[in-house]
This record gives sequence, C-alpha cells and structure tokens, in this order.
Amino acid sequence: MARFTPENVKIAEAIVARYPRKRSATIPLCHLAQEQDGYLADDAMEHVAELVGATPAEVRGVATFYEMFKLHPVGKYLVGVCTNISCMLLGGEELLQHCSKSLGVKPGGTTDDGMFTLEETECLAACTEAPMLQVNYRYFHRIDHDGFDRLVDELRQGGRADEVPPHGTLSRVRQVIPEERAFGVLPVEAARGADRPARAGEPEPAK
Amino acid sequence: MSAERRVPKIVSSRWDVKNGHTLDVYLQTGGYQGLERALSMTPEQVHDEVKAATIQGRGGAGFPAGAKWGLIAPGNYPRYLVINGDESEPGTYKDRVIIERDPHLLLEGVLITAYAIRAEQAFIYIRGEMPFAHERMIQAVNDAYRAGYVGRNVLGKPWGVEVVVHWGAGAYIVGEETALIESLEGNRGMPRLKPPYFPAAKGLYMQPTVVNNVETMANIPWIVSNGGAAFAALGNETSNGTRLFALSGHVNKPGVYEVELGVTTFRDLVEKPEYGAGVRSGHALKAFIPGGASAPWFYEEHLDLPLSAKEVGDAGSMLGSGAVVIMDETTDAVRAAWRVVMFFAKESCGKCTPCREGTTWLRRIYERILSGAGRPEDIELLLDVADNISPGLAWPPRQTTICPLGPSAASPIASSIRRFRHEYEAYVTGATRPADDLVLTGADPT
Repeated sequence: MARFTPENVKIAEAIVARYPRKRSATIPLCHLAQEQDGYLADDAMEHVAELVGATPAEVRGVATFYEMFKLHPVGKYLVGVCTNISCMLLGGEELLQHCSKSLGVKPGGTTDDGMFTLEETECLAACTEAPMLQVNYRYFHRIDHDGFDRLVDELRQGGRADEVPPHGTLSRVRQVIPEERAFGVLPVEAARGADRPARAGEPEPAK
Repeated sequence: MSAERRVPKIVSSRWDVKNGHTLDVYLQTGGYQGLERALSMTPEQVHDEVKAATIQGRGGAGFPAGAKWGLIAPGNYPRYLVINGDESEPGTYKDRVIIERDPHLLLEGVLITAYAIRAEQAFIYIRGEMPFAHERMIQAVNDAYRAGYVGRNVLGKPWGVEVVVHWGAGAYIVGEETALIESLEGNRGMPRLKPPYFPAAKGLYMQPTVVNNVETMANIPWIVSNGGAAFAALGNETSNGTRLFALSGHVNKPGVYEVELGVTTFRDLVEKPEYGAGVRSGHALKAFIPGGASAPWFYEEHLDLPLSAKEVGDAGSMLGSGAVVIMDETTDAVRAAWRVVMFFAKESCGKCTPCREGTTWLRRIYERILSGAGRPEDIELLLDVADNISPGLAWPPRQTTICPLGPSAASPIASSIRRFRHEYEAYVTGATRPADDLVLTGADPT
C-alpha cells in the first residue's frame, strides 16, 4: 500500500541504528510496515530493503519464511485458534470448528465485511489455559463457544479497542535508548580485535 | 530429601506480587542485587559461580550454561549474547510467563551474563506472537536504561552494554540456536551446519556468541547472589536447581509450577494438590509427554521417575522444554500423534530433504488413516518413513538432518505405534470411524 511515512522512517532509522549490521533490522521493520498498513505491501518491502541495504527480493524472501507477515490484506482482526496437542485435548479443534461456522469462513478466509480473518495456528504458549485463541496476537484464555461469539460481537461494535489494536500493531511500547545512557553500538568490523573495545568511562582492557 | 526442606522460588517469586513486573517493585524485592554483586567480582569469578551451579540450559537441549560460556574462543571480539525467547515447542509455556511477570529478572540475568562473557552487545529475541511480553520487556528495558542499570557506566561502574529487544515473526525452527542467529541477522530462519557454525566459535555475524534460554537467564541473578554451591545443593547429582514445568492437558489444575529437580517426581507434579491435583476427575492416565512435543511419550509406569535428566533419559525420553502434557483414556492416540507430526511438517524449514519430505509424507499418511482410507501396511510405512529421518528410531535420536526438528517427528509416531498399535489397526480396518469433518481441520488445503 505504501512506503513508510516520515514519522515511521524516523522510527525505522532508530531501529536500524541499534544493530551492528543493518540487515538485522529486517524483521522489526517488516513488523513496522505491517503496523502501518495492516499487511506487508510490495512498496513497503522495497522501502525496508532501502533502509537495511538489501534488495526487495531479499526482503520478500525473508518475509515469506515467517508466518506472521501477510503479503496481502487480511481482516482488521486476525483470529488464530490453537489446535496443537494441549488445546486439542481440551476442545481446540471444536473451538476452531465453531469459529469457522460462526464467522462463516473456513480457516484462511476473511469475512465479507473485512473484519475477521480466521487462522488455525500452532502452539501459542498458553498450554495451561486451553482452549485458547488470539485476536491480533492478544490472548484469550480458556474461551468457550459463547465467549467467542460475544467477543466477536464486541469487536464488531468497536469494543475492546484498547485491548486489541488493529492487525499489524504488536508492542505499543517502543524501545528508547536515551542518548546520555547509550553505551553505543559498534559495527562488527569496528569492534573486531583481540580485546573488547573500551568506551567512554571504561578503563583500557588489561593486557 | 525431607519434604520439610524449604525450596526457594528462584524464577517465580514475583509472579503473585502485585506489580512485580515494575522496576519499583523489583527493587523493593531484592532486584538488581545480583548485578551489583557481579560487578564487584571479575567476569571470571562470575563465570566460576555459574559453572559451580551447573545449571543445565532450560530451553530443551539441557547443555550446562557455565560450560557453554566456557566454549567461547578467547581473544576474538566482539562477542555477543543472544537470549532465546522464541518459545514455541507444543506444550511449552514458561518463558512467556517469566517475561510478562518478571521481565527485570530476565534483564538482570542478561546483564550479569553479558558482563561475565564480556559481550559487546546483548539481544533478547522474543517470539513475535507475544506482543504483551514485548510490551512488558521493552518497558522494563526502557526503565532500566533510565535508572542506570543498562547502557553505559552501569551502576556507576566502568562497564556497559547495549541491550536490544528483538522480534520474531512466527517460525518454530527459529528456536534452534543457529536458526535464531540467522533470523537475528535478518535472514530466513534456517539452521546452520555444526560444525563449523557452533555459535561459540562462529555465531552472530560470524563472531563468538552465547545463546541462552530465557529461564536459564532468570536463574543467574539468584546463582550470583546466593552462590553456585547453594544452587547445586538443590536437585540431585545430574539435575541441579529448580525448574518450571508447564502441566497441561487432562489434569484438574493445569498450570506452570516451579519445582525442585531430581527429588520431585512426575507423580508429584500430576497428583499433588498444589500442582496438578490429579488426572481429570473420573478419568485414568493413558499417556503423557514428559518434555515437549519432541519427547517420546511416557505412561503410568513412568510416573515415579524423578524430574531428572539422567533418569528420564535412561527411561527413553527427556525433560526437554519442561512441557508435561497429560492424556487421559479418552484420548485418540492416532489423532494426538497426528497433531504433533503435523506440527513438525508445517514447521520444517525445508533445508534438509529427510525432514522436508519425510514429515510431509508422514502427515499425509496420517490423514489417509484418519479419514478412513488407511491401508494395513500404512502402520509399517509410518515407521519406515520415520526411520529414514531418524535411523533406528532410537533414543537419543539419530539424525539425518542438520537440526533435530525432523527426528523429533519420529517420537510421537514410534511411541504411539509401539504402545497403541491396536488403535491404528482399528482405523485401517474400519473399526474406528473418522469423526467427520472434525478430524481434518488441519488438513493442508494444497
């Protein structure tokens, strides 16, 4: 849909600066693009490539490896139902069936109003809270069929906006390294040697 | 060994403390004292304490952390510290709890370790599907920077380190340490061949790197504060300290419990009222997974084994990632095995042929059986394909692949066929009818 906005370019540059090599910022920047657009658009990947010093094809190659990057628009709410072993034992498959009937889409599909995309997911690390699902990666533990229907109603009516931000938004807290506290990130080559390079306030390494 | 002996909560002490995740409460409850102590020691002395503790890595492979740090090649800088928070082994749920409820504990462990190994920089890699954990972790790191615990001149001392919180994006294989490094370098998360790419020698950016699990790191502040010997005094000869176990499935009280290794048994964990409080009421145990989806299954006769690497290993399985999944007699063993196998098929990165092709075919054979179209010879075929990924179906598994993902798929197959062959036979003879559309919810649409 779009390249990064000027505001997001600033955020992206701060992320890139935290790594000894720019390429390490590829996944965080793809998340940022997805936060901006709700999915990972072609020109966003081109912009990521420019910022990390890769080709657009390389960024696409990385993005397609990871489940969370959606290269086409999805619903505002991505519903992921776990059916792996711990959830399966306690009704995860039945929950997925119910979600599918209730939303009127098969796993992988998006409702006609563009509100919900349903996914069957693998283990989401809430095994003691089975059955469970995520909406935009926010956890809903021990959820029953009626509970799911009520949740869908609320979301349709614009409820729970604080709890469940639109698809693509992950952490709403961004890492900030205050300049006066920063230790400093050295490129790998600049840090290379037989000793750990000293910084301001540090003694030279003992020989 | 007496039940009266007081066992400390090393990694879960703040889980029930109100606002235990905040810097204020962390400091009020003894936080950052381990770091303070570490910085008054030499890096080598800190390393010695961790070596004395002999803490086996809590990620799954169980390699002792102190020994791992010692593998780092001398005289080759920069070195990096990478924290593996890509928790996604089915049944495993502990690192997320630590990050969400006590992120400063993890951070303190990271700082002490970075100091001990003289790391240039530290990266905390957290699974992408856990944004709440990200929020808690990033808030903790931001607060700790401002308060002088991270960054330059930590605690006013001439030492510093930059700590970066990094995102995953949905790939189980990235939990394998060399794949994690690939991912952190901005690549597809495919494992590297070992040798030569042992992280301690050629890790992140081809530099010496220590990769440690979240729970392992969360133990480090206690070890430094109380001494390695105090930690080693907990547990038995082969498994020291306490450990988190996620108990899930058919139990009355599923939960994440911190228990002492070596002396606690599976039966304690499943039956004691403070833990699982028994198999789901009115039901009997059929089988259980002792250490995550990759682990061979255990049964009633294994309940009295201690939670100890050696005993569990000798009995043919592993504590792995601390995920104990209980299955009662209502469980369809074929379907349960299929779920686990499908997981590995989906999560195979595709680099090695035996895993990529093998897990995919295994999955298809399972789906044929479960849909009612199975043939009698399919049971042997499953074993044959699994044997081609992990020759001999032995324990510990032999590998035809770069990493253990493919061989892990053999565990549930060998386990369930050896013990419950009659259930497979019931499917292929038509005695068991497939449960309509429910069975194949996960079937690959392609």
